[in-house]
Parts: sequence; C-alpha cells; structure tokens
Amino acid sequence: MIDHIAILIIFIFASILGATVVALSVFFGPKNPNRWKKTVYESGSEPFGDSRLKLDIKFYMIAISFIMFDVEAVFLIPWAVVAKKYGLYGFAVAFVFITILAIGLVYEWGRGGLEWD
Amino acid sequence: MAETIFFIVFALGALGFSAAVLIAKNPINSAVMLVCSFFCLAGIYVMLSATFMAVIQILVYAGAIMVLFIFVLMLLNIRDDEIEAPRLSIHQGIAILAGTGIFFTIALSIAAWSGSSSRVAHDTMSDTFGTVEPIGDQLITSYVLPFEMAAILLLVGIVGAVVVAKKRF
Amino acid sequence: MLTDILLILLKIVAVVLLFAMPIGSLMTLLGDRKQSSMIQNRVGPNRARLSIIPGLGRLPLVGIPHFLADGLKMIFKEDAIPDGADRTWHNIVPAMALFPAIVMWAVIPFHDHYCTGEIVVQNYRDICVEGQTRNFFSIANLDAGLLYVFAISGVSVYGAAIAGWASNAKYSLIGGLRSSAQMISYEVSMALSVAGAILIYGTLNLNEMVVQQGHLIGGWLPMWGIVVQPLAFFIFLGAMMAETKRAPFDMPEGESEIVAGYFTEFSSMKFAVIQLSEYVATVFVGALIATIFLGGWQVPYLYGDGFHFGNTPTAALELPYWAVIALRIGAFSFKTIFILWLQFMLRWTLPRFRYDQVMNLGWKIFLPLSLANLVITAFVVAIL
Repeated sequence: MIDHIAILIIFIFASILGATVVALSVFFGPKNPNRWKKTVYESGSEPFGDSRLKLDIKFYMIAISFIMFDVEAVFLIPWAVVAKKYGLYGFAVAFVFITILAIGLVYEWGRGGLEWD
Repeated sequence: MAETIFFIVFALGALGFSAAVLIAKNPINSAVMLVCSFFCLAGIYVMLSATFMAVIQILVYAGAIMVLFIFVLMLLNIRDDEIEAPRLSIHQGIAILAGTGIFFTIALSIAAWSGSSSRVAHDTMSDTFGTVEPIGDQLITSYVLPFEMAAILLLVGIVGAVVVAKKRF
Repeated sequence: MLTDILLILLKIVAVVLLFAMPIGSLMTLLGDRKQSSMIQNRVGPNRARLSIIPGLGRLPLVGIPHFLADGLKMIFKEDAIPDGADRTWHNIVPAMALFPAIVMWAVIPFHDHYCTGEIVVQNYRDICVEGQTRNFFSIANLDAGLLYVFAISGVSVYGAAIAGWASNAKYSLIGGLRSSAQMISYEVSMALSVAGAILIYGTLNLNEMVVQQGHLIGGWLPMWGIVVQPLAFFIFLGAMMAETKRAPFDMPEGESEIVAGYFTEFSSMKFAVIQLSEYVATVFVGALIATIFLGGWQVPYLYGDGFHFGNTPTAALELPYWAVIALRIGAFSFKTIFILWLQFMLRWTLPRFRYDQVMNLGWKIFLPLSLANLVITAFVVAIL
C-alpha cells in the first residue's frame, strides 16, 4: 500500500513542480508585448491562411495500428511473466497468438497501410 | 478511514472529470478531462488491489485510445465557432432514453448484487489476486480460448482499419 | 505512517532534484554543447564564470557555469504567447510535458532493499537474515513496475501533441503531430522488445530484475540483459531514443525543416521546462536501459558482503555494507551516464533520418524484429 501512496505523492510533487517552474517566468519576466512578438513564426514572412491544418489520414492509420499492437503487447506481457513455468505449452499459446497478429501485420504491410509517402 | 477518504476523492474526481467531458466546449478539453477521469478510475482500481487493471487502464485507455481521439479531433479540426448550439433531435432523444435505461439497469443490478449472498467478501481473496502473475496464469490455463480469440479480434480490427482507410488514400 | 511519508518525500527530492534533474541539465551542457564542440573541433562554452565564489572566479570549469547562467536567464525572459493560441493550454502544456518525465522515476531502483540484519549470499543472491528489508533506494517498489513505465510514457504523448495544437502555428502543429505519431509508433516495439527480457526474468518488478541479473552463467559471465537479449537491447535503445526524440530521431524538432517543432512558439521558462523534460526523459532512458539490460546497480561479482568469484558462500574479498552500497549506486550512475554518453555520440555520428524512414524503421524493421526476438526467446526458454 505504501508504494501506491508513494506514486500518488510523486504525482502531486510533479504537478506542483511543473506549475511552480512555469509560474516563475510569468512573475519575473518582463511584459511588453508588441504585434511582432505575438505573431507566430513562419520563416520570417507574414503568416498566411489558417494555421489549423487538416491532417492526412495516415496519422489516423498509424494511431489505429498502434492501438492494435499495443493491446497485443498488453496481452503478451502477463503471458511473458509466467510463461517459464509452462514450458512448451506456454510457448505454443503465445506462438498462435503472435502468428495471428503477424498475419495482420503482413496484411497491413501488403495493402500499403504502413507506407509513408 | 483513510481508505474512505481516498475513495471519495477518486470517485468525486472521476465523476467531476466525466461531467467536465460533457460540459467542455472545446473537444481537446473534453479529451484531456477524460484522461484525468481515467487516472481517477485507476486510483480506484489500485484501492481494490487490482494493480494490473489500474496500469492497463492508463496504458490502453489514456495512452492509446485517447491518442487516437486526439488525432481524430486534430484531423477534423473543429473550431469553437463551428460547433452549433445543441438542438434536441430525434437521435439525441433516443440517446438520452438509452443512456437512462443503461444507467438504471446497472444501478439496479448493483443494488441486487450487493444485497445477495453470492457476493464474495473482499477478505476471502488473497491480496495478490489482481497482480500480473495470477492474471498471466489464468490467461494460459483457464482462458486460453479467449486469449487466442483476442488475437483474432485484433486481427479483425487491423483488417477493418486498413479497409476503411484505404478507400481514402 | 508520517515517517513513511517523510521518507517518500526525501526519496523523491533525492531522486528527482538531486539525481535526474542535475544530470539532465548538466548533460544539456556537457553532452549537448561541450561534447558537440569537441566532436566538431571547436571550443564550445567557456565564457561564464562563477565569480561570486572566491577562487573559482577565473576558471572556466569546462563550461559548467553556463548551465546555471542559462537557467537563471530563462526566468527573466518574456513569456510571449502568440495571437490565436489557446492561452490556457499554452500555459499548462509545459507542466504536462514535465509530469511524465518526473513520475517515471518512481520505480527505478538505485540499490537493493536495505537489510537491517546480516546478509548471506546464496546462489548469487543477497539473503537478509535476522532483519527486515527496507525500501530505501527506490521511491516505490511496484510489482508492475515496468508496465507503469510503459503507461506513463504512453501518457507523455499529450505534452507534444497539445503543445503543437495550442500554439496555433503551422510548424508547431506539424511538429506536434510528427512527434506523437513517432512516439506511438516506437512504443509498440519498445514493449515487445523488452517482453523477451520479462520472459527470462519472469517478473515486472525492476528491482527483482536487477537481483536476477546478479546470476553468473557458468560461474563467470554476469547474466545481464545485454548478454541474454542482445537484439532486444539494440531495438530497445533505438525505440527509447525515438521515444525521447533524440537525434537521429529528432524529426519533430529538426531545425532545418520545422524550426523547433512543437515548442517553436514557447519562450522563457516554458521553453526551458519543455527542454528540461526532454533531458530528464533522456537520463531516464539511460537509467531504464541500465536497469533492464546492463545489470542496474549490480557490480559484477560484488554481492552484499563483498566480492565472490564463483558460487561460493564466503566472500573472497570482504567489504563493509556501506561500501557495497556506495559501489553499487556508483555503478548504477556510471551505467546511466554511459548510455547518455552513447546517445550523444550517436547524435553526432549518424545523420538525421527522413520522416518516412523513421516510420519505416519503426513499423517495418523494429516491430517484426522484436516479434521474432520474442518468439525465438520464448522457444529457447521453453526447451531449456
């Protein structure tokens, strides 16, 4: 239990530390903004157009493949912790699991889901 | 005593952040509030000695699924002024009805369960039942089929994503 | 209870403020500037002086005063928020970036649990008899320690993504997206490559992992992670460098392409905090790799009561317990700094990747390799 309280304490500590350090410059820094300081940097020219760009769908593709393989890793980690006890049976269980997902990876690769042009 | 205080803090936190998800106008605010709510839920899992669940809650929900949400929000890029004032449509009516129905179903079943004798007292279980090792044991022995089915489910997910996204390339 | 909490606070201050942050910010200087200047055959920082301390006033001290001067300077700089930026998030985001970099340190063991009784060495393990073990050398001794690290590093995506979004600038947005896409891509290989090591140690507790690395194969070769999982070591190092966006993976902040990436529009202490959190995360990479693959606090052949050569119950060279602790913490710090040094050397040895190369490396090379590594490891462990 004390270990979990320690985690809670370091969470609070990190939040307070972050807030304090950011607040430092707000209190000590000078405040004289002008138009040029408040313009975003676009290689020295006047900013044009809307800066909230529309994104490419490949970012979405990356995110969804990440979820799939992340969940795979989440299943494999509890398996990895205990697999030594189960010998070849334990290996077979994970081999089937990994093979099924490897098929997914090969399919996605073959269909160009991982291409970044 | 301390446990009650922690529970109240985490439960109120989870409820408060969830309410903030609904109230916040900016979709990014909603997403981050949901992440905070997940952290509170993880705290409750830890108090139930389900440490594995707590970590997975952060790893999968806060670290993976919400990242997808943030990507989608950036992909659509809705500005505050583009969001129309909510109007009560037929869809929202159905959603409210369904939501209320689910809420009462869960509330009633919890009420029935907490009164029944089939409930397993917390102290009859070992303190380590929620850690990684027992879960790994269960996955390999009793729940091998669901374990492999999960792989197939993930495979279907990958195939689905490729099929949906490929139409647009 | 109160003493426990005070002890935790003490440990947090020691680990974060006296270890992670000083090494992190010192490395900014020594690694990023002095080491670069040596590689490029120029002088590098040597102007700042500590003139307030008598006797040090004229010495350049390899440029160390520069990092104090930089930190002090940042506080007194103007905090400029661009028009159209989301002011609230612009202010919160630096703290959001620092948060995961700090809380990850909670599970790193700097030494084995302190033993109040006598130590007997059996099968390359310190066994504490007639006494209790006290957790003095890690902030929290979690059973799922490694998963906790993965969970927190998953959350660190938000700092970059929201920083890019909140600035309302094109370079920032592209940088934020690139960095979050890169981080999530390498997170998978990171978790899967280390699964082989988990399989061998059979635990997620980082301290227990280090204890097991004290085993000697054949009585002479330390069973460090790099010995039993060499491929995983390289995949993990690469994935962690991509995760912390170190060169050659520094696409999100490649200055010749997108200025400074997601923190282009951040100035003063906010900029410093984002930079600092990256350096603290870099030090953490060193500490984590040292823990999993380089034997953590283990010194080869050194156990609780002194040096043992082979599986013997009595020490060949006896040492007092405090000396053992000092040696081990020293070894851990040395290994951490070694990995840091390696990262800075790689930065100046390898050219920066193109973004499509970064993504291809993550998905088409690291991921299949780590899966293959896991299957082979599982097979070898199963038949042994």
